[in-house]
Amino acid sequence: MNIFYLLIGVSLFAALIFLGAFIWAVRDGQFEDNDTPARRILFDDEPIEDEEIP
Amino acid sequence: MPELMENQKFYYDNKIVKLFILATIIWGVVAVLVGVLIALQLAFPFFNFGLEYTTFGRMRPLHTNAVIFAFVGNAIFAGVYYSLQKLLKTRLFSDVLSKIHFWGWQLIIILAAVTFALGITTSKEYAELEWPIDIMVAVVWVIFGWNMIGTILKRRVQHIYAAIWWYLASFLGVAILHVVNSFELPISLFKSYSIYAGAQDAVVQWWYGHNAVAFFLTTPFLGLMYYYLPKAANRPIYSYKLSIIHFWSLIFLYMWAGPHHLLYQALPEWAQALGVTFSIMLIAPSWGGMINGLLTLRGAWDRVRDSSVLKFFVVAVTAYGMSTFEGPMMSLKNVNQITHFTDWTVAHTHIAGMAWNGGMVFGMLYWLVPKLFRTKLYSEKLANTHFWIATLSILIYAIPLYWAAVTQWLMLREYTPEGFLAYPNFLETLTQILPMYTLRVIGGVMFLTGFLLMVYNLFKTMAIGKVEDNELSEAPALVSQGPRNPMRETVHRWMERKAVRFSIWVFVALAIGGAVEIIPMIFIKSNIPTIEAVTPYTPLELEGRDIYIKEGCYTCHSQVIRPFRWETDRYGEYSKIGEFVYDHPFQWGSRRTGPDLARAGYVNGPMYKNAAWHYNHFMDPQKMNEQSIMPNYAWFAKKDINLDMIPSKIRAMQTLGVPYAEGYDEIAVEELMIQAQAIVEDLKVSGIVIEPTRQMVAMIAYMHKLGRDIDPATLNQTSHEDSE
Repeated sequence: MNIFYLLIGVSLFAALIFLGAFIWAVRDGQFEDNDTPARRILFDDEPIEDEEIP
Repeated sequence: MPELMENQKFYYDNKIVKLFILATIIWGVVAVLVGVLIALQLAFPFFNFGLEYTTFGRMRPLHTNAVIFAFVGNAIFAGVYYSLQKLLKTRLFSDVLSKIHFWGWQLIIILAAVTFALGITTSKEYAELEWPIDIMVAVVWVIFGWNMIGTILKRRVQHIYAAIWWYLASFLGVAILHVVNSFELPISLFKSYSIYAGAQDAVVQWWYGHNAVAFFLTTPFLGLMYYYLPKAANRPIYSYKLSIIHFWSLIFLYMWAGPHHLLYQALPEWAQALGVTFSIMLIAPSWGGMINGLLTLRGAWDRVRDSSVLKFFVVAVTAYGMSTFEGPMMSLKNVNQITHFTDWTVAHTHIAGMAWNGGMVFGMLYWLVPKLFRTKLYSEKLANTHFWIATLSILIYAIPLYWAAVTQWLMLREYTPEGFLAYPNFLETLTQILPMYTLRVIGGVMFLTGFLLMVYNLFKTMAIGKVEDNELSEAPALVSQGPRNPMRETVHRWMERKAVRFSIWVFVALAIGGAVEIIPMIFIKSNIPTIEAVTPYTPLELEGRDIYIKEGCYTCHSQVIRPFRWETDRYGEYSKIGEFVYDHPFQWGSRRTGPDLARAGYVNGPMYKNAAWHYNHFMDPQKMNEQSIMPNYAWFAKKDINLDMIPSKIRAMQTLGVPYAEGYDEIAVEELMIQAQAIVEDLKVSGIVIEPTRQMVAMIAYMHKLGRDIDPATLNQTSHEDSE
């Protein structure tokens, strides 16, 4: 059942990418504010009227 | 440096969202309609219509793929492309990529429908598409990811909202799974063999199958939940922290649970235990999502009463919680005994598919279509009717199947006081649960009715309103914060502008792809037989096996016997890993609507039937067993096998490590004709006259190969269960 080496390798590869993404997110400050992002999405889309629409 | 707070004008691309919504609706109807058809076929075999193109074995992959990739897939793209633009305050990265994505995906769906009806299939569940379409899927999927990541890079909001993390994980997860599971050796435009064999193929397939559920049906939908549920309720998500924690834990855990699909089957014990352990651990992050979704509605339950959107979301999220509890329970070995190979799994997937995925899509569409078309929903009342019909239909669909599963399992394992199987004939246990299959049809028809109400309601809404294809908005530009951003910009520009260096990077990427392609070849070595008695398929048997795959026999018949007394008494000696080393792809199956066939060719075994029986059974199953629900395969007696392909099939098998003698491909057709002639003579004794090149002859040869090589009496002296 050598196939497990492949699958474990691929799964670890994916996990490493996720880990990299996680580390980037932490260092980028993505998780410093855990309150406003949840609220901000509620105020985003009052349509603007525009005459120049192509 | 631009002026800090200067607003930039830009246009949202609403047209691509509209297109994906239309595709969701249209393919959704098709998917559910085919679902009703195959439910009818199981209750009343008449609905196979006696045509090869419409038999259950070919329609079932059409249903599953249409639901997953056409209905759910298009809904994901619609939901992602709308929310991504709003969350990041920018237009999608590229209109061209969006268009290629949309039309490419629709082309794939059409090709899938046509090829499945024609019997062009790899037989790997939810990955049945043949290799040219597999490549198209990979290309379009990468375009989707490219478009999404490009959009994120040109965002005007620094923070990447939780929903987008789910979208990104889904993209990456599906890309990896699809590539690893799709390694095939093509022998023609429409036929390939899985590069893996037997137990190894099964492991890869269910690693894929389980994670397809994770990264196509779960993570994108949690992303959609994190956007559309707060928007519809006009409340922030209950705990943003929880959304972050359960995201990271869920994506790290999901990849390891695949072996729970193969419990008690020919798989090492440690792998089974690993799969179970991770499955149980998954309850925690899964319930994190359910709790977060439901608690968002705290204090807003009065609005749930009136809003069809919120009602659909509540049922969806609750069903998600139930299914992600049920799933880990089903992965416990003692529970799995009942649920595997029975209708329990079918009920489980439909709770998840109809209530979780369906409910999320319905809620999203009822909210998004009026929003996009700048009007009110045509009829809230009709939407509420849809909600109640849909919810009720899911219960009417699932409860009979749970009932059927337990009933059948109890019957299968019942012994008489004398120590014999109480129901040795599998058919008796199926006949007992047939009324449940009729109830399932009713549930399915109700679900379809509700769906059609939605289609009418949404089209009416679209007719009243008008969508702004390019919607103007404005937001301040994203100002770089700290030292990291300029770095990223430099790298990005460097890659874009320096063509030579960019080409080098492309080459590196391709080299990695090439390496990934070569590595699996190394594993072919471990396909070397561990049971000496097991011989490769003869050319005729191989041809029969290809017909078995083409007709989707695996959708009803398994080929793996678990080590329970009630299985070994009924089907024969339990299956060993070493028996499957020449099986490209494996054919273990996942649901027994008919009996297991792993030892159908072992002459002294309980499953053996002679050639004449098989002939008559394929021609008219109901003539042999009045209660049988198997469709007839009368065309086996009329259609010929393609002798021209035989040599290349043998050569492909040699490439994959099957030990045919050097030059065997040249004499393969002769060998095939000799074996076929023997079967023709055998049939003649029973008064049946048939040409040796008919598909029927190959099928009989294959049936008689299954499990033939192994004599249980001498097995223990001649084999080792696993080479390791």
